[in-house]
Amino acid sequence: MSEILKICGLNKNFGGVRAIDSFHLQLEEGKIHGLIGPNGAGKTTIFNTVTGIYQPDSGDILFRDKKITNSKPFQIAQMGIGRTFQNIRLFSNLSVLQNVLIASNMDITYNMMQSFLRLPKYKREEEQLCEKAMNLLEIVGLQDLADARANSLPYGHQRKLEIARAVALNPALLLLDEPAAGMNGEESVELVGFIKEIKTRFHLTVLMIEHHMDVVAGLCDHVTVLNFGKTIAEGTLDDVKCNKLVVEAYLGEEK
Amino acid sequence: MSGYLQGIIILVGINLIAVLGVSILTGFTKLFSFGNAGFMSIGAYTCAILTTRYNVPFIVAIIAGAAFAGLVGYGLGSLTLGLQGDYFLITTLGFGECVRVLFEYITPVTGGAKGFSGIPHYTNIWIVLISVILAFIFAWTLTHSKYGRNLTAIREQEVAAQAVGVDTAKNKLMAFVVSAVYAGWAGALYANSLTFLEPKIFNLAKSSELTITTVIGGLGSLTGSFLGTCVVTLLPEIFRSLSSYRMLLYGIAVVVIIIVRPSGLYGYKEFSITRIGKWFKKLGKKAGDAKRRGDVAE
Repeated sequence: MSEILKICGLNKNFGGVRAIDSFHLQLEEGKIHGLIGPNGAGKTTIFNTVTGIYQPDSGDILFRDKKITNSKPFQIAQMGIGRTFQNIRLFSNLSVLQNVLIASNMDITYNMMQSFLRLPKYKREEEQLCEKAMNLLEIVGLQDLADARANSLPYGHQRKLEIARAVALNPALLLLDEPAAGMNGEESVELVGFIKEIKTRFHLTVLMIEHHMDVVAGLCDHVTVLNFGKTIAEGTLDDVKCNKLVVEAYLGEEK
Repeated sequence: MSGYLQGIIILVGINLIAVLGVSILTGFTKLFSFGNAGFMSIGAYTCAILTTRYNVPFIVAIIAGAAFAGLVGYGLGSLTLGLQGDYFLITTLGFGECVRVLFEYITPVTGGAKGFSGIPHYTNIWIVLISVILAFIFAWTLTHSKYGRNLTAIREQEVAAQAVGVDTAKNKLMAFVVSAVYAGWAGALYANSLTFLEPKIFNLAKSSELTITTVIGGLGSLTGSFLGTCVVTLLPEIFRSLSSYRMLLYGIAVVVIIIVRPSGLYGYKEFSITRIGKWFKKLGKKAGDAKRRGDVAE
């Protein structure tokens, strides 16, 4: 098994706040890794640093043995890291299909002139793209809503659409930021099955932030527990559950 | 066709080309520019100087005017597009005024504030119509391709656009250059239609008129921009007999349109025959339902 993502000694400060404190991670291909921890532990900051939205103060991030620390967000996405957002960020006024099409634009090779003249290449590629997008929507079960406006969808569907959009990028690594947020027990169970399915189908490696422990238990091979930017425990969920520091982080110190 | 009508069609056509450029920039990318009259000015003076002083063929002069405006747009965009929304808008506003003042100062080249006269009258209705058709087809194919999709992605959610691999800086620059080229193109046609130029024709009011037209027509809609241009160009003509009150009525009409239809006349959708067909079907069905209900009630 080879490492797809390696993070060494990552630090990020916001003013005087140490949001990430020497964070380490080695993620093997094909695994699902969970980042858990109380609110404000720095989980989303790690996502934003990996995807290039923030520049780290020090430390290296290697994706497939290539340093991505100074790359721009769109370059990192093009290399094959797809992500979703904690507060859903869809292209809200566009249709469901359009949302997926935009993410598939990387598959397109025609240039402006070929598009202006509507050459066969343009038509062929657009048709293929539409087909791919519709297939993807079928997998996530949104094919009947392809023409609906993205912000008119119910919450659960919006989450699924966001995942579909991230997958349309053909990523090797998928970062999911609280995919089960706001879902009830039944929906979370369905989500676990759904994430497992797309993971096998598209050969993905997944790094996810999640608060629902049943979702974490159902999916993650390993977890990292963070508190105030520091890694306080690592291992399987069962290992860290009994860790004293973890219990303290969640429930407070025993008096 | 009467000369007056031809004149109106030429005016609508020229404005439409400039508005299409703003539509791509503002309607599809949500970048607001109050400097596009500056690009019009650059295109107009370039074309006027080439045709008047160097006897360059009109078509070549139009292309040169549009290209030069595009080049300046590329330079300005590279410098300023890193700025966020409002700050970018302010720089375009400054740019438009700079061009105006600069052209007033360099008298040997532009004739200064006195104006530039004696431009050959080359612009006729056919050149304008061909230009409009070309400009519209290019804008349509651009917005209905991956380029247009990338622009709408930036409009809707810039962070997410980057997260799916859209080079937002490059795409914004492209939209800005296209809008500058369109403005330069419109300016070139305008110069050889008016035969007289002065820098203050292309002032802030002209820039804001272009943006207002786009907003009235509807953001994210090229056919809406067409409709908006007709309304904004024709309203003052219709009210012409009322002389000084016409601008007042024009202003009121604009306010009413924005209040009644905040997304513009045709916001975020294009005019299509099939949709009109569907709409009539729906209307027919509604009427049918109402009739049936009426029958039951009886």
